[in-house]
Amino acid sequence: MSRTGVFICHCGTNIAAVVDIAKVVEKAKSMPNVVYVEDNKYTCSEPGQQAIKDAIVKHKLDRIVIGSCSPRMHEPTFRKMLASTEINPYMLEIANLREQCSWVHTDREKATDKAIDLVRMAVAKVAKNHALFTSSIPVTKRALVVGGGIAGIQAALDIADAGYPVTLVEREPSLGGKMVMLDKTFPTMDCSACICTPKMVDAGQHPNITVMTSCEVEKVSGYIGNFEVTIRQKATYVDHSVCTGCGICELKCPSKVTSEFEQGMAQRRAIYKPFPQAVPAKPVIDAANCRKLNGKAKCGICQTQCPQGCINFEDEDKLITNTYGAIVIATGYELIDWKSIYGEYGGGQYPDVINGLQFERLVNASGPTEGHILRPSDGKEPKSVVIVKCVGSRDPNKGKGYCSRACCMYAAKHAHQVLEKIDNAQCYVFYIDVRTAGKAYEEFYTRTLEDGAIYVRGRVSKIYEEDGKLICKGEDTLSGQTVSVAADMVVLETAMVPAAGVEKVATLMTISRDNDNWLQEAHPKLRPVETHTAGVFLAGVCQGPKDIPDTVAQASASAAKVCGIFSKAELQTNPMISKVDIEKCSGCGDCAGICPYKAISMQDMEFIEHGKKITRRVSTVNSGLCQGCGACVAGCRPGAIDLLGFTNAQILEEVDALCL
Amino acid sequence: MSVDVEKKNVDPNWEPKILSFSCNWCTYAGADLAGLNRMKYPENVRVIRVPCSGRVNPQFVLRAFQKGSDGVLVCGCHPGDCHYVTGNYFTRRRFLLMQRFLEYNGIDPRRFQARWISGAEAGKFRDTVTKVSNDIKALGPNKKFQESWYKERGESNE
Repeated sequence: MSRTGVFICHCGTNIAAVVDIAKVVEKAKSMPNVVYVEDNKYTCSEPGQQAIKDAIVKHKLDRIVIGSCSPRMHEPTFRKMLASTEINPYMLEIANLREQCSWVHTDREKATDKAIDLVRMAVAKVAKNHALFTSSIPVTKRALVVGGGIAGIQAALDIADAGYPVTLVEREPSLGGKMVMLDKTFPTMDCSACICTPKMVDAGQHPNITVMTSCEVEKVSGYIGNFEVTIRQKATYVDHSVCTGCGICELKCPSKVTSEFEQGMAQRRAIYKPFPQAVPAKPVIDAANCRKLNGKAKCGICQTQCPQGCINFEDEDKLITNTYGAIVIATGYELIDWKSIYGEYGGGQYPDVINGLQFERLVNASGPTEGHILRPSDGKEPKSVVIVKCVGSRDPNKGKGYCSRACCMYAAKHAHQVLEKIDNAQCYVFYIDVRTAGKAYEEFYTRTLEDGAIYVRGRVSKIYEEDGKLICKGEDTLSGQTVSVAADMVVLETAMVPAAGVEKVATLMTISRDNDNWLQEAHPKLRPVETHTAGVFLAGVCQGPKDIPDTVAQASASAAKVCGIFSKAELQTNPMISKVDIEKCSGCGDCAGICPYKAISMQDMEFIEHGKKITRRVSTVNSGLCQGCGACVAGCRPGAIDLLGFTNAQILEEVDALCL
Repeated sequence: MSVDVEKKNVDPNWEPKILSFSCNWCTYAGADLAGLNRMKYPENVRVIRVPCSGRVNPQFVLRAFQKGSDGVLVCGCHPGDCHYVTGNYFTRRRFLLMQRFLEYNGIDPRRFQARWISGAEAGKFRDTVTKVSNDIKALGPNKKFQESWYKERGESNE
């Protein structure tokens, strides 16, 4: 027989003005299991809480019902109060007499009747409550950042500056990502490398950051506070602990390969640093193109030339496992492969039709042309440049439906650069809309117009070569006339798409993706950096297209979230989670399919049945992953799962009490 | 359309009993907001807080009708906004099946409704419960599935 105490709050006059408190108290006295009823002016106040504590001792109460404001308001307050008493904090139910009764009704009699019903429901429910215990999980105060672009670097630096160790994993041989490839950044025209490379160096030298380049995440298990992550360190064939980065090997290597960093417009060697400011500033061997490693020749020149003897052709992939408390994903983007979908733009057959990133390299002082805008085909300066926006963006038929957000601005930047660097140049920009939401963005666009860029509203329908010129045919939708521009070079501002391999990362960490494969945040407005996997956060373009300021802001936001987790020695788990009765479980596995958090897994367990040992498949709930939604409970056919705190018995008692 | 109304001899002061299952993150918050804004709605709707509309077991609905409820309302976050990612999609499917099952058994589908009300939609909460309350009042007391109905007519009816 339980001993329930009921405490009705006046909330000043908030409740008492509409609800007849004396009548509620009177009725509550006759409710089942109720041994003590009291009303109080302000239950949440210090004396109000003390009155409950005193009554618990005096009347040997073992569960409490409080009729007050919404449980969303003071449930944590009263749970905390109960923690200092003999009663378990979860032996509490709150009847919402304010927000859902006195504040929404005016008829005193009917409101009082409803208040009595609400108290009765809470009394009935609390009788079925069980003591629940939060378990604490220790937190490994080490963060993993996946992706070494500006987002990953910023997140790693922020976490490291807060005093926690960080492992920064990058699959390419250097940090930097896409930002380091850019020439200038809009709208201030800062040199991108000048602001990005110092950050890369900071990350590389930070005592709390371990940079792991040429590495990929291979396996993730565990949960918030304790992710066990296996990282594959790809063979680089160069011992970086010995290498000084002198560069002799690179000079001597006879294999020339198209440079990824220069967007295919220059060559690198098979042993290479992607770019001069790479971090770490040490080369790696590209096994597929190395004559010795791919078996095409004996070579091995780098090995004989290396003064430190750090070339090791026997190098192999290594698997490194470590435990991390939180993970930041910053896998970024790549540009859509326009060549395969835009046959009307030549599908790649014209070398002078390039994408935005190629243009960035062309215009960059350390790029293949040392900053002179020259046509890739013949190295001549183009006098007429056409820029086509929304190639792949806002084009659901051929590309993606979304807007890639940064293109309007970098198209304006490209136009500005063409007009600035080439005398008497003409620059046409084909656009659908000009979207310049951002601080000082519109001003930048206006400046480009003043520079003389000609904006034509319409898509380009066809690009073909005629007499050495690239003819861009399109429609000026403002005048309704078709236009045809003879260009020397065409820059396609192509859509951002999630980086290749993001599916693998998402699957490893059980993060959902949207229709376009962008990683899904927990809430589009209020939880923009969290994911539905507790302890895993998003930074940068992997979550959706954005520009550098937004990326950096999001990276710092995710770092703040990580530091929030690390500020605690232990994490309290929510005890209101699903629980499986393995005796009833039929092992169908429906619950595992329903669970949005992959918190339920199927396990083979041994049972004794009719004196015989048998193995049966039953479901188990991971308390670190379960968020307590109860979807599995409603979906369980044999009724083997129940949600602690909202058990079937509790809710049915509430239903019964209401319908009395 | 089934007809379950036995409107004769209904007391003019009769008030229906309506039960609303509301998810903690959207609709319950919306109901609290309605209070905060001092909106007014009928007293005959009682809210049971559940973590997610996906937690609502069809058994709860049947039990409510069995024990004398005249209407049941299930409310959750808008599709796509579920706090628990996918919970309300299950609700939606379950609700459609359940409503057809109830109709097949002679319960007017207006007695069992589902609505998506976000934490900001206090006005929608007020309007929804007001409408459901008026609808059910017009339908009169529910007799189907009710324990009391069988009890009144003796065991031979069971």
